[in-house]
Amino acid sequence: MSQLSEAHLATPPTRAPVTALGDYVEILKPRVMSLVVFTGVVGLAVAPGHLHPVLAVVAVLCIAIGAGAAGAINMWYDRDIDAIMRRTAGRPLPAGRMMPGEALGFGVVLAGGAVLIMGLALNWAAAGLLALTIGFYVVVYTMWLKRRTPQNIVIGGAAGAFPPLIGWAAATGGIGWGAIALFAIIFFWTPPHFWALALYRADDYARAGVPMLPVVAGPRETKRQMLLYTLVLWPASLAPWALGIAGGFYAAAALVLSALFTGTAMRVWRDESERSARLMFRFSLLYLLLIFSALLVDRAGAALAPGAWR
Amino acid sequence: MTAMDDAERMRERQIRARNRALFAVLAALAVLLYAITLVRIGG
Repeated sequence: MSQLSEAHLATPPTRAPVTALGDYVEILKPRVMSLVVFTGVVGLAVAPGHLHPVLAVVAVLCIAIGAGAAGAINMWYDRDIDAIMRRTAGRPLPAGRMMPGEALGFGVVLAGGAVLIMGLALNWAAAGLLALTIGFYVVVYTMWLKRRTPQNIVIGGAAGAFPPLIGWAAATGGIGWGAIALFAIIFFWTPPHFWALALYRADDYARAGVPMLPVVAGPRETKRQMLLYTLVLWPASLAPWALGIAGGFYAAAALVLSALFTGTAMRVWRDESERSARLMFRFSLLYLLLIFSALLVDRAGAALAPGAWR
Repeated sequence: MTAMDDAERMRERQIRARNRALFAVLAALAVLLYAITLVRIGG
């Protein structure tokens, strides 16, 4: 091999990495997006009124893209702490597979496009709520609260609770008490869900300087607050039944699921090992999936046999 | 030189794949806007 080619190999030209398509998908946080889409679909489905199927698909698409855009901008802003944490070090930005400006541009274009299409195709109330959700997640949670207060995911959790409101607004042009009940379920579900994760990832958060509750107040206080939030979740989860947007099947499912969720929180309270926290984190995901599924089943049952389900 | 050629080929492949994906997204967006227009006018 010639000297020239050896030198060429030793000092590769500094060209921007060509980002693989999979990395574009990864910065949209597809797992978070799937939960957002699901709760948005439920908001759309249980709202009074009828929406053309094509417009319903467009609404769901806009919610998904908006959520993905918020995730991309979050990854752009958090790339410094993502590089420190084990859980996030392999993401496209800290791993050097994507340029920061590329992620920011991608997120901003998607966010703008999703809001614009939502406004033009559905209505501007839904578009405004979508813009508010993206702005809340990026500015209030990511840039303001996340690195400053242990209440970051309590207040910031509102961003994750907005999607049923967006779905509801897409179908009706406004928001109603039913939509607020769905918002409340996700809002009170968020702290025990995230703190369960933070309990067994506390060292990671501490290293990155993120003041999650277990890092700042310790595991005991975190477990106490997790338990309290699961208790607050009982009335919140029964609100759709109390407001008349769901029937007896949903109420029974909500009671059973809330009891099980509180049960996992009590287990975390008693157990010093991280096993119970991992279990609670996994169950929290199942809780949200099942309680919103129960609402869908209840509504479908009410539509098929109105008398039998009430 | 072979390693450099391989890297360059890989880079070109990735750029081509990204361009195709971008074309697919733009085409899907055009179809979507067309469908939305039909529904809004029809509704």
